[in-house]
Amino acid sequence: MLETIAYSILNGVLYGTLLFMMSSGLTLIFGMMGVLNFAHASFYMLGAYFAYTLGQATGFWVALFIAPILVGSVGAIVERYGLRRVHQFGHVPELLFTFGLAYVIEELVALFWGTVPVPYKMPDALNFTAFNLFGLDYSMFKVFILLVAVAMFVGLWVLLKKTRAGLVIQGSLSRPDMVGALGHNVPRVFMLVFAFGCALAGLGGVVGGIQFVTDPGMAFMMGPIVFVVVVLGGLGSVPGALVASLIIGILQTFFLSVNFSLAETIGTLGIEDSGFFGVLWHMEATRIAPVLPFLLLVLTLIFRPRGLFGKREA
Amino acid sequence: MTRKNKTGVFTGTMIGLTMAISSVTYADNHPIRISYIEPLSGPFANVGDAGLKHFRFTAEQINKEGGILGRNVEIVAMDNKQSPSESVQLIQRSVDQGINFVTQGNGSNVAGAMVEAVDRNNRRNADNKVLYLNYAAVDPALTNERCSFYHFRFDANSAIKLEALANYMKDQEEINKLFLINQDYSHGQFISNHMKTLIDEKDMDVEVVGDVLHPIAQVRDFAPYVARIQQSGADTVVTGNWGNDLSLLVRAIDSAGLDVDIYTYYGGGLGTPAAIGARGEDKVYQVTEWHADVNVDEGLEEYEQWFVDFKERYPEIDWYYHRVYNQMYMLKDAIEQVGNAEDVDAIAYALEGMQFESPTGTVTMRAKDHQALQPLYISVMDADAKYDADNSGVGFRTVANIPVEQATDETSCNMKRP
Amino acid sequence: MATNTAVGKPSLLKLWPWVVIPIVAIILPHIFDSGHDINLMSHMSIAIIFALSYNMLLGNTGLLSFGHAVYFGLGAYVAMHVLRMVNEAGGEGLPLELIPLVGALAGMGFGIIFGAVSVRRAGVVFAMITLGVGALVHSSSLMFTDFFGGEAGLFGDRTYAPSMFGIDYGSSVSTYYLIVAWTLVAAILIYLLKKTPLGWMANAVRDNPERAQFVGYDPTFVRFFQFVLSALFAGLAGGLHVLSDEIVNDEVVGQIQSGAVLLGTYIGGIGYFVGPIVGASIVTILESSLSTYTDAWVLYFGLLFIGIVMFAPMGIVGVIHLQYLSWKAGGWKGNTGIRLYLLLAGLVGIFGLVCVIELSYHYFRSWDPSAPFGLMGFTVDATGAMPWLVSFAIAIAGFGAMLLHAKPMLARRTGAKTEGGKA
Repeated sequence: MLETIAYSILNGVLYGTLLFMMSSGLTLIFGMMGVLNFAHASFYMLGAYFAYTLGQATGFWVALFIAPILVGSVGAIVERYGLRRVHQFGHVPELLFTFGLAYVIEELVALFWGTVPVPYKMPDALNFTAFNLFGLDYSMFKVFILLVAVAMFVGLWVLLKKTRAGLVIQGSLSRPDMVGALGHNVPRVFMLVFAFGCALAGLGGVVGGIQFVTDPGMAFMMGPIVFVVVVLGGLGSVPGALVASLIIGILQTFFLSVNFSLAETIGTLGIEDSGFFGVLWHMEATRIAPVLPFLLLVLTLIFRPRGLFGKREA
Repeated sequence: MTRKNKTGVFTGTMIGLTMAISSVTYADNHPIRISYIEPLSGPFANVGDAGLKHFRFTAEQINKEGGILGRNVEIVAMDNKQSPSESVQLIQRSVDQGINFVTQGNGSNVAGAMVEAVDRNNRRNADNKVLYLNYAAVDPALTNERCSFYHFRFDANSAIKLEALANYMKDQEEINKLFLINQDYSHGQFISNHMKTLIDEKDMDVEVVGDVLHPIAQVRDFAPYVARIQQSGADTVVTGNWGNDLSLLVRAIDSAGLDVDIYTYYGGGLGTPAAIGARGEDKVYQVTEWHADVNVDEGLEEYEQWFVDFKERYPEIDWYYHRVYNQMYMLKDAIEQVGNAEDVDAIAYALEGMQFESPTGTVTMRAKDHQALQPLYISVMDADAKYDADNSGVGFRTVANIPVEQATDETSCNMKRP
Repeated sequence: MATNTAVGKPSLLKLWPWVVIPIVAIILPHIFDSGHDINLMSHMSIAIIFALSYNMLLGNTGLLSFGHAVYFGLGAYVAMHVLRMVNEAGGEGLPLELIPLVGALAGMGFGIIFGAVSVRRAGVVFAMITLGVGALVHSSSLMFTDFFGGEAGLFGDRTYAPSMFGIDYGSSVSTYYLIVAWTLVAAILIYLLKKTPLGWMANAVRDNPERAQFVGYDPTFVRFFQFVLSALFAGLAGGLHVLSDEIVNDEVVGQIQSGAVLLGTYIGGIGYFVGPIVGASIVTILESSLSTYTDAWVLYFGLLFIGIVMFAPMGIVGVIHLQYLSWKAGGWKGNTGIRLYLLLAGLVGIFGLVCVIELSYHYFRSWDPSAPFGLMGFTVDATGAMPWLVSFAIAIAGFGAMLLHAKPMLARRTGAKTEGGKA
């Protein structure tokens, strides 16, 4: 049991940090602009592909910095020439715009890079075993992901709490009208925040593409789960996103790691493995795990729509 | 109210216009046409595209040799978007265009819907029947309780592959503790159940130490599953996973440094060797009816040339579906035996029980359930293989030939014949 | 949009679309008589009911749902179970014509269950709940194989069921007529519902929930009613799906289905009753036929959608309606030529863009990009510079003329009044 808990926490934290890289940007964008960016995972995908292509020319380390900047630029263009125009029509069209954008980006990626996964591999410098826990190796690359996430959180925290730009962003999060009245160019702040959020997702893609698979389906795979994190953490709250990422990461991993079903634990009580409750009674925890985030999503929204750390409801 | 009036007219014209566009039909009857119903867009487009290249290539070869009854073979590509109901519509479209043969293989759910649709069409539409040639859907039900006279399967079904695997494992002393990890849908559930049945039946000296089902195409990180495999003390993993679910699993096992052998159905499937790479060497096994180095091992020069020609034509993929070769040439034999390509019933009867000399050995289309029986190979990833798969640097090396009598199953099919 | 612009003609005359559209629907199978076309038209009918029911939420009540397929799909599953029971009883029991009603009841039942927890808030919260419920139900459909039949799905046979009128539903034409009949009934009911106090209150709740509350109507209650009724019609569409396809599997409750109804409704125009009808028809046809002409169909689909959201948020019907109003008000006087020029320039631009996209797909996707291929009637070599230059030139010239020349010209001519864009 100790082993299981240790594994779950370690793996869960690793998974959680990756989730955080994506959800922090999304939650910033939402908190500020009220836009739930459906295409956010697409920018994550762009990060992976840009880094893969750049990496062939410049190597991984340069790509690690350039790719997120490129993704951020794409984000800025999308905001400036797409989203800003749609903004005047209201939130629903904005949401739908990003919804359509996700399809277009996926198609374009498939067009330029093909539908087969690209061989995006970790740099040799990180390709060794960092430590061994109960007989399982943990590669240096996983530790590196962890470090990147920590650096990102610290950076974000400093940016938001300690700088003037952060002050403006925080202000815009709660009172965009007031910030505008104080003479700040709110549309420009919006554009920069959108670009910045996309760049964060792109950074997630640079490392996530290696950890998982870099193919045109990766955005679709990652998309919904990031929403769950953002909603659970509280829309607009960066610390909330961090906590929610870790909770979901650990919880999901834990459910996958244990051998558990109600029937095995409590006894079958004569309940057969058929019918709605029967199947539920006999359902293995591993089979429920992937549905868990959505269950959390629905429950959170019903009972606490502002999430764990959110200041206001969506 | 006025707006409603105008848009009412508009709706009518719009419907009319778009209908007109969509109903272009083809009158040319000369070539023998086969509808290829597979995903050609969306996340599985690469798989559909690779299959299409196999069929087109084979059709070209047949045409070069003079075609069938002097007529050319033409593959009509239709995009089903991996959707069963879309596939059913495409069968209807094939019928409309007077096409008598449809082929499909990706997704047993699609295959199930197609069998139903083909049966239904042939029941209700006697002068425009369709024959369904299945080159890859392995759900045993299609040749058991749901078997159909108009369905022929050229790939070994899941039960047969597992049978072959069990017969091989029985004699391997280093295989003692099995861990089953599969996708949570009928394909994976079948493997999980049937493997245990086989172990009992054959009284194998193997213990199942773990049995996990995970949701299909949703798991991003297999590390927790790997932790379970490690804790169970398993030495061998059996999985029916395909696509990302397989490559992610293998990658996670490799990066955790876990020393287990992984027996798969689809280790050589399109894109998988590229995603796994060298880390699968001597670790990832597959059960197939053929792999590229069989040609080298058994000196099949002609077929090796076929393989090389295909590679030259489509450098980014490899000839993988040996059964497409079997399927197309068996269809050719059946049509030539009947003497026309329109009498679907007669062609189906000709295929039933047909014995075909394939490069790898005799393929028999079992009359009872329309399941092809053929020798199978168990092979392992090897960087020294003469031909690597999908330019990945790793190919496959045969570790065992499973003769056809060890690669068969019982069938409960109760075929209704016209 | 809801202003009544009737100008005192006899009111019966205004009902002519309700007569013309059914006549068109009855004649269509005689013009397009291939089995595939008839199937396609059946699917269009079903998509129309589904989209109309969706618009009861999005257009009328302002609720954006990402999981409307849940009610369509669960309705379909329950209807399929009933059809199978009838099949197994040797074709005795509920007449085939009434099986869609079973779907409607099931849709309503699940609408009550899920609606009770979803409608307390509108906006993003509601959207996210529906997304979550959609994902939960879709996953369940693969877990509870007793009811859902796993990913293979469930099959039934519509010919082994009694008919109230002694019709043989073996042919797809008679099934099509049955579906059209139900579609008409549903469309009329949904239209009438819009005119009830509930329909008006739904609009009020959409536009200003606080004010609606002050007037004495609980927004939650109004939303709940709309939600349940909308689920009922979605279930009806699901029941009809069972009749046309005779198969249900997990895709009927899936996200793609939920997404398609959203796209169709929005493309058509959510502010109009006919919007979803037009949108659903277009989306169904495009989905089924565009893919036979081009590999790039998903891209075109995405671009069309983005184009609508950006330039014509009132949908296709909305654009046409605005132009019609402007024409009727004399806004076209003296500038009809410019409007046509604008439209033409836009079409030329789109033509150029299509050429570029087709060239790209050939260049990147084909195994031999240098192989000659047919583009708009010309045979070109995608590796040469010429076709690219020409295509880009056409696209730039078209859009350039439209945005930089025609649009400002029209704006000058019509004064400062802003126009709603073009189709």
